[in-house]
Amino acid sequence: MDRFTRTPIREQDPKVRATNFKEVCLGYTEEEAMKEAKRCLQCKKPQCRGNCPVSIDIPGFIKEIAEGNFAQAAKVLAEYTALPAVCGRVCPQEVQCEKTCVLGKKGEPIAIGKLERFAADWAREHDVEVGKAKENNGIKVAIVGAGPAGITCAGDLAKEGYDVTIFEALHQPGGVLVYGIPEFRLPDTVVQHEIENLKKLGVKVETDVIIGRTLTIEALLEEEGFEAVFLGSGAGLPRFMGIPGENYNGVFSANEFLTRNNLMKAFKEDYDTPIKVGQKVAVVGGGNVAMDAARTALRLGAEVYIVYRRSEEELPARLEEVHHAKEEGVQFKLLTNPIEIIGNEEGWVTGMKCIQMELGEPDESGRRRPKPIPGSEFLLEVDTVIMSLGTSPNPLLASTTEGLEINKWGCIVADETGQTSKEGVFAGGDAVTGAATVILAMEAGKKAAQGIHKYIQSKKEN
Amino acid sequence: MYKIVERNDLAPNIFLMKILAPRVAKSAQPGQFIIIRIDEKGERIPLTICDYDREEGTVSIVVQALGSSTKKMEAYQAGDYFADFVGPLGVPSEFTKADLSELKKKKIVFIAGGVGVAPVYPQAKWMHEHGIDVDIIIGARTKELLILEEQMSKVGNLHLSTDDGSYGYHGRVTDVLEDLVKNQGKQYDQAIAIGPMIMMKFVCILTKKLGIPTVVSLNPIMVDGTGMCGACRVTVGGETKFACVDGPEFDGHLVDFDEAIQRQAQYKKEEHEHEHHHHHKNGKCHIRGEY
Ligand SMILES: Cc1cc2nc3c(=O)[nH]c(=O)nc-3n(C[C@H](O)[C@H](O)[C@H](O)COP(=O)(O)OP(=O)(O)OC[C@H]3O[C@@H](n4cnc5c(N)ncnc54)[C@H](O)[C@@H]3O)c2cc1C
Ligand SMILES: Cc1cc2nc3c(=O)[nH]c(=O)nc-3n(C[C@H](O)[C@H](O)[C@H](O)COP(=O)(O)OP(=O)(O)OC[C@H]3O[C@@H](n4cnc5c(N)ncnc54)[C@H](O)[C@@H]3O)c2cc1C
Ligand code: SF4
Ligand code: SF4
Ligand code: FES
Repeated sequence: MDRFTRTPIREQDPKVRATNFKEVCLGYTEEEAMKEAKRCLQCKKPQCRGNCPVSIDIPGFIKEIAEGNFAQAAKVLAEYTALPAVCGRVCPQEVQCEKTCVLGKKGEPIAIGKLERFAADWAREHDVEVGKAKENNGIKVAIVGAGPAGITCAGDLAKEGYDVTIFEALHQPGGVLVYGIPEFRLPDTVVQHEIENLKKLGVKVETDVIIGRTLTIEALLEEEGFEAVFLGSGAGLPRFMGIPGENYNGVFSANEFLTRNNLMKAFKEDYDTPIKVGQKVAVVGGGNVAMDAARTALRLGAEVYIVYRRSEEELPARLEEVHHAKEEGVQFKLLTNPIEIIGNEEGWVTGMKCIQMELGEPDESGRRRPKPIPGSEFLLEVDTVIMSLGTSPNPLLASTTEGLEINKWGCIVADETGQTSKEGVFAGGDAVTGAATVILAMEAGKKAAQGIHKYIQSKKEN
Repeated sequence: MYKIVERNDLAPNIFLMKILAPRVAKSAQPGQFIIIRIDEKGERIPLTICDYDREEGTVSIVVQALGSSTKKMEAYQAGDYFADFVGPLGVPSEFTKADLSELKKKKIVFIAGGVGVAPVYPQAKWMHEHGIDVDIIIGARTKELLILEEQMSKVGNLHLSTDDGSYGYHGRVTDVLEDLVKNQGKQYDQAIAIGPMIMMKFVCILTKKLGIPTVVSLNPIMVDGTGMCGACRVTVGGETKFACVDGPEFDGHLVDFDEAIQRQAQYKKEEHEHEHHHHHKNGKCHIRGEY
């Protein structure tokens, strides 16, 4: 066996998958997983672990897989993460755990994410019970938002014995995992299973409740008898560029496009929500959201361009997604920035005026700042433009809750334990950091669960 | 699941439904809306809150069946359930927070067109309950499409009009307003106009000329209704606003109606295809534009 070569993983053929919404990556079989797991050196001081935001005992769970103890592998994972099937699929491993795996120095790092996913999928398919709740202590805690942060916080508190209710604004729990990330990358069934697990722990999930509108935070604390509230409301407010023509018909935010397709299932014939995808689509941006929008448009039958103002090296998306997008036929227009959207008399997009960019000095983020090359304007003929420029927290909670401090970017201010400026109110995930990652949101949910536990304990003692 | 406790047919293809949704009823205020999803496969349909009863825990909506989803809704009866009913959404009407004594000094006129009568009702009722006397102009294409006349007559001074002259004033709501101001010596400090976009546009052109500040309630295409998608964006005073969270009510004199009308037609083709796909039996195309 070659220790430096990764066990290949089966994927749907690019030509086939470009026309369906089924998962791209098919995952390891038991044999393949064991083979890949056996490559791991079981380092005494595992470098991989230090670079996982939740410090998963990586050699620990991999050892169990190598020995064929798949259920045990899932149990090791469960000590650190509430959503291994999700993180294994969507973490940017190449800049986290896998980046520092020692094998990466001479060859290919262990496929940590793929193994994590394998163990979690195995546990799901074999109904392995991974968590148990203490007896219900009757103390009520409310969670706002059923995304990764809220799910994790709810799960941990339920295990501690709290009586937990999640309030979710949309009709389906999961947050970005169901409305943003498409089926071909993260099937809904995976997320639904996690929600079912939560319910088994005694967590109540109330959909169609918008905190700040249907109920206020004050009402939760003062009228509905909740001792504490966790805000995991995410960062769902889409940004636009502010260039001329942005309100023409055929210009969408990635959130709208993805929500129509993923949450509302517009790609399925028998669902009522319509979706519009033209012949030629430009997706502006270079992150995971942009890749998801581009690959979704492609699957709906369009010719798709990614328009990004920096170069390939700076693309913030996961490597695997960029690779998959290219394989499927998404075309990359790099070092290109839109300056105006052109429309016809009826107000429909007919093209996007762009300018060529070059990279200058590094900016605050350390990346080289793109600047326009004078005179390099050109017209990209498209009939649909999808803006994927990032999102920020929704101002609704802050604007309806007295004494809840936010910073200049609209993010809720919270300390390490999730405590906000308001007593009994904790927050974490994208709502606090701005758009980030699933694993970071989970970590924040975990810390806040501990923070809430401590807060309630100390209140009871006094 | 949300139960339909009552259903009344108000006019051909226009019906009122009372839905059991205690949490929404408790928080509802004039000017706000809700979103309904009929079933698992349904789209999210925004509808204005027409009335609410906090004790009963019910919210009333008035729907005009025009497209595929609203037609699907039309088949539902009292005792049936909708999958989702979420709200109240949007910002409550500004006057609900205004100083009452100041408000009482103002002469206010409501102008409602088509199903726009539904959102006007809770507002006029609020005024009535707070002892404020208001004028109400209701317009419809023809007599049988004129809805909620009796309820409305209890909360304000009613002026009716029909486009075809089959009932009330023969003409449009703008003609009635012009008549009241120019011929009957009425003066207004505030107009609130709700109806089809095209009606609101022409009311605003007139009130601008007459110098009457005007609030309108916009009904662009929406998906989530919580500020997450930007489908509902409208240009107000040169700035992009999300109608679901910044509105739905705006200063009508600042709204770019032409753009709003254009954006509303965005899914026309898809909706028609969808409808034909499912209901090609009744064959006819239904062009929207009504509220
Ligand atoms: C298209 C897309 C692709 C992505 N791809 C990746 C990836 O590959 N890898 C990765 O690590 N990260 C990815 N991310 C980022 C990641 O999904 C987010 O960082 C993560 O979901 C944040 O979790 P959260 O729990 O803080 O918030 P969210 O997942 O945003 O969940 C917040 C929830 O709160 C609800 N809510 C909001 N306000 C209220 C309210 N007032 N009342 C009740 N409920 C409310 C929302 O409806 C939502 O369900 C992606 C994001 C998007 C949009
Ligand atoms: C805040 C708000 C409040 C509303 N209140 C009411 C109400 O109280 N009663 C009522 O009957 N309707 C109301 N509407 C309009 C209602 O939501 C639409 O009529 C409905 O979504 C159309 O769905 P459909 O599937 O039946 O028609 P579709 O088949 O979706 O649409 C038919 C045609 O209508 C256009 N259309 C789509 N969405 C809208 C829209 N939001 N407004 C106008 N035209 C649209 C489409 O482009 C298409 O041409 C409101 C809309 C908003 C945004
Ligand atoms: S949670 Fe993410 S970073 Fe941590 S080990 Fe798993 S894939 Fe790697
Ligand atoms: S660094 Fe790599 S080889 Fe070492 S324990 Fe971690 S995964 Fe295994
Ligand atoms: S409807 Fe999605 S932001 Fe308003």
